[in-house]
Amino acid sequence: MAMTDEALARKDAKVSDEVAIDIQNMNKWYGTFHVLRDIDLTVYRGERIVICGPSGSGKSTLIRCINALEEHQKGSISVDGTVLSSDIKNIDTIRSEVGMVFQHFNLFPHLTILENCTLAPIWVRKIPKREAEETAMHFLTKVKIPEQADKYPGQLSGGQQQRVAIARSLCMRPRIMLFDEPTSALDPEMIKEVLDTMIELAEEGMTMLVVTHEMGFARQVANRVIFMDEGQIVEQNEPEEFFMNPKSDRTKLFLSQILGH
Amino acid sequence: MTTLTDPPQESFRLSMLLNDTRYRSYTFQFIALIGVFLFIGWLISNAAQNLEDLGQDISFGFLGEAAGYDINQRPIEYNSQDTHLRASIVGVLNTLIVAFLGCITATVFGVIAGILRLSNNWIVARLMAVYVEAFRNVPVLIWILIIFFIMTASLPAPRAFRGDEPAATMLFDAFAFTNRGVYAPKPIWEAGSMIVVITFLLSVAGIFAYRRYATKLLYDTGRLLPTFWPSVALFFVPTILMYFIMGRPISLEYPEMSGFNFTGGMQVRGSLIALWFALAIYTGAFIAENVRAGILAISKGQTEAAASLGLRPNRIMNLVILPQALRVIIPPLISQYLNLTKNSSLAIAVGYMDVTGTLGGITLNQTGRAIEAILLLMLFYLTISLAISAIMNVYNNAVKLKER
Amino acid sequence: MSDTPHHSAAFVRTTPLPPAPPPATERGAIKWIRENLTSTPANAVMTVLSLVAIYYVLAFVMPWLLNGVWNAGSIRECREIAAGSGGGCFAVLTERWHQLLFGRYPQDAYWRPTLAFVLLFAAIAPVLFQNLPRKLMIFTALYPFVAYWLVWGGTILTPVFALLGFVVGYVVYSRLVDKSFAMGFFGGLLAAIVTWWVTGFASDAGSGLLALEQVESREIGGFMLNMILGTVCVSLSLPLGIVLALGRQSSMPIIKWICVVFIEFIRGVPLITLLFVANVVLAYFLPPGTNFDLILRVIIMITMFAAAYIAEVIRGGLAALPRGQYEAADSLGLDYPQAMRLIILPQALKISIPGIVNVAVGLFKDTTLVSIIAMFDLVGMIRGPILASTDWNGVYWELLGFAAVLFFVVCYGISQYSQWLERQLQTDRR
Repeated sequence: MAMTDEALARKDAKVSDEVAIDIQNMNKWYGTFHVLRDIDLTVYRGERIVICGPSGSGKSTLIRCINALEEHQKGSISVDGTVLSSDIKNIDTIRSEVGMVFQHFNLFPHLTILENCTLAPIWVRKIPKREAEETAMHFLTKVKIPEQADKYPGQLSGGQQQRVAIARSLCMRPRIMLFDEPTSALDPEMIKEVLDTMIELAEEGMTMLVVTHEMGFARQVANRVIFMDEGQIVEQNEPEEFFMNPKSDRTKLFLSQILGH
Repeated sequence: MTTLTDPPQESFRLSMLLNDTRYRSYTFQFIALIGVFLFIGWLISNAAQNLEDLGQDISFGFLGEAAGYDINQRPIEYNSQDTHLRASIVGVLNTLIVAFLGCITATVFGVIAGILRLSNNWIVARLMAVYVEAFRNVPVLIWILIIFFIMTASLPAPRAFRGDEPAATMLFDAFAFTNRGVYAPKPIWEAGSMIVVITFLLSVAGIFAYRRYATKLLYDTGRLLPTFWPSVALFFVPTILMYFIMGRPISLEYPEMSGFNFTGGMQVRGSLIALWFALAIYTGAFIAENVRAGILAISKGQTEAAASLGLRPNRIMNLVILPQALRVIIPPLISQYLNLTKNSSLAIAVGYMDVTGTLGGITLNQTGRAIEAILLLMLFYLTISLAISAIMNVYNNAVKLKER
Repeated sequence: MSDTPHHSAAFVRTTPLPPAPPPATERGAIKWIRENLTSTPANAVMTVLSLVAIYYVLAFVMPWLLNGVWNAGSIRECREIAAGSGGGCFAVLTERWHQLLFGRYPQDAYWRPTLAFVLLFAAIAPVLFQNLPRKLMIFTALYPFVAYWLVWGGTILTPVFALLGFVVGYVVYSRLVDKSFAMGFFGGLLAAIVTWWVTGFASDAGSGLLALEQVESREIGGFMLNMILGTVCVSLSLPLGIVLALGRQSSMPIIKWICVVFIEFIRGVPLITLLFVANVVLAYFLPPGTNFDLILRVIIMITMFAAAYIAEVIRGGLAALPRGQYEAADSLGLDYPQAMRLIILPQALKISIPGIVNVAVGLFKDTTLVSIIAMFDLVGMIRGPILASTDWNGVYWELLGFAAVLFFVVCYGISQYSQWLERQLQTDRR
């Protein structure tokens, strides 16, 4: 690899030299199946990283390990200086620092949009209900659906639901956001509204790790693109170089498959 | 959840028992286990104390003592001098008899009612709906009692069949419905009857072999043989031929009036019939619902897809709908059999001597061995349940849809 | 599809065609009969057979009902009055209705269980119909204590103090639950027990306060006993069933196996054996000197029985929830009790309601089994005191028919509710 993590991050003014996530020599197995192999990754505060790769390459598993939805068996992960260990308080700290947006939104269907957004601040952060609701309305306004606050998730379109899911994460005031294929369950006409929300978030300097196949988004927003295959990081580079001048054959093949038509 | 090997091992602190995901679950499980043991220990010490106060002990020796009571339906040799153990075994066999008869009859009722309920004949569908709702929503105990009272209170006494102008007559001169039970012809197996039975079994196997051959022929050469009439012929012809060749070795012994009662033939007691039919009709109503749900679950799309391929209705049923519907129907069907078997313990309400009536009833009352008798009784039912669940698991694994 | 055929000029319809009535054979009663009763010869035969069957049943039942005798002192009087018209002897119902409904409950206090029964509908309504105001739930929470006082009588202090224990326990729990669920739970439990222990003395002292005439458990019988056993056991078995279901879904093997063994054991044996346990065995396992009411022992065993079945239903509901709900709760930092209480259980229970209702119907029917261990519920009353009396020995059909109708009305009503609920759930599934 031509450039180190730091060198890549450096090229962008918004990126500070503070380390947000540090993953060293991380390995994970499902039974005997080696899902993640020797992952080394340093993410600096303010970085926007897009992770892509064929299905089954371990990219979702990687970001799910960061907030301990999946356990890893070897290596270390630290988030904002907190080392992810088996201490339950550690896990809680990291989860409240890290927001996550899922492919299938995973909104709570029995709660209204507003309740979806205030639930965790009230119960986890112990914020008074009124204050939590104000915060929730602030972020719902930001994702441009304040008028839906009293509806239930089932009454919203997919794109709206995904924007609520983003607002729900933001209500916890996370310092890092993880996106697990946020647009792949959406109808084509709704992808843009979600991507716009994510771009806006990126412009405000949020540290983001995004698993996606939206290469337009990667070009526009990312300051680093990571290509994974068979549980390994195969190539990473700044978007321009990555798309114009891929180094590895596997990357070339992948890019030709998704950009080919 | 998360285990790490690389970072320096921190020394063990007591608080880690609660806060560390590695130890937390052990802590909880340990507490739960201790709690359960304490609870069981408490129960046992209470029991020990109570038994001591009453001067009793726990012993299964009573099983070897003479039972001293009669059982009116004896599938194996038994008299009142036999042991409690043998009485219990008679009870077990009686339970199995009524459960077996009930399951078969319930399946027949259930399948017919379930299919007819989907019939496009309005009256038939309504009638079946009434049957299903009426029987599902009334306790089975009430049905058992109703049928039992029909058997014992409404039917004539055997002596009504006496005389030149009897008050009651036998059906086909073979069946007598009396308040002491139903008297029916009893088959007498003479030498050579075995051969007839074997012939019959072989011809049934022959039907399956023929059908398999027909399918193979269709696959290999595309020639379709008729299956229905050859099957019917295979079913009847060889057995009847063999019956006459062997010189009619199977005959029927008809019940006859002698004195004030019937002799000969086979007596099926009112209590057995009440239990058998009540359980069958009641469980049949549930099975009907399962069958209906199973057929409805196979989407209309499947029928349309098969029809659009040019299959005719009965082939659609045999090749597309039934194989899929059975997958849905059989698991709840088996659990209905289990329910029926457990409900057969209501035999005690009509005096049918099943295992609950012998071991859990008279034996318990005579010996006072409540803990032991009920423990054995529960173990018996538990064994049956576990055996049936095991069969169900095997079946479920065998038919599991191959899915990604 | 929109291709215009080449040979024709462009065509635009300017006036819409009015809808035409279908041909006469496709209309009204004729069409209905043709399609629903006589579409094929086999179908026509079945129709005729059904009609014959219906005729025979009616020919048998109608005279029995219509010529029924409603006023007589004994079965012999009945037969004289009916005089071979085939009428049933329904006089037994008018003469013995109090035994059938209330057992040996004191006659001058019939208003108490009746009032409790009426209030039951008010208490259960907000549970059954989600669109009623939630505030009604307060009455639902109070109902058990009111009903106990009405049915068993005694001083009102007993249920009030019992309620007080729950209230104190809840207050302590809600204070502590912010710190940790376990602390809140055990703190609340402890506070409740302390309250009950302390007030135990007070209720002895004030035993005369607002006291209703005390009624012994063995005086309670008839259909009322079925209702009491049904409602009490179903409501008690719900929380136990939830705990068992969560335990069975747990990732901790020991806890899981404790629950599996309990559930499978209970589901593997017939209810009647558990009732035998309540009747003759349970007393051995309780501390020496304690003397539990038979009705209480039966409630314990039926509750355990129902809980095992309800646990299996709820387990189905838990399994039906998508994995994502658990993950979303985790990723927001909710801990296990919070995730279960706020996210998982509200949804899983909603899916499980039809199944739970089915269990409740089954359980209600099974309460008739207590007649086998010499308790006088509706069936026990019929088989025991009424059929054994010289006056009414032999009146089987009227009595059992009455019992069947009572159970049918209740069970059919509940199962219709369950089907309505299932349709409701289907429409707001998204």
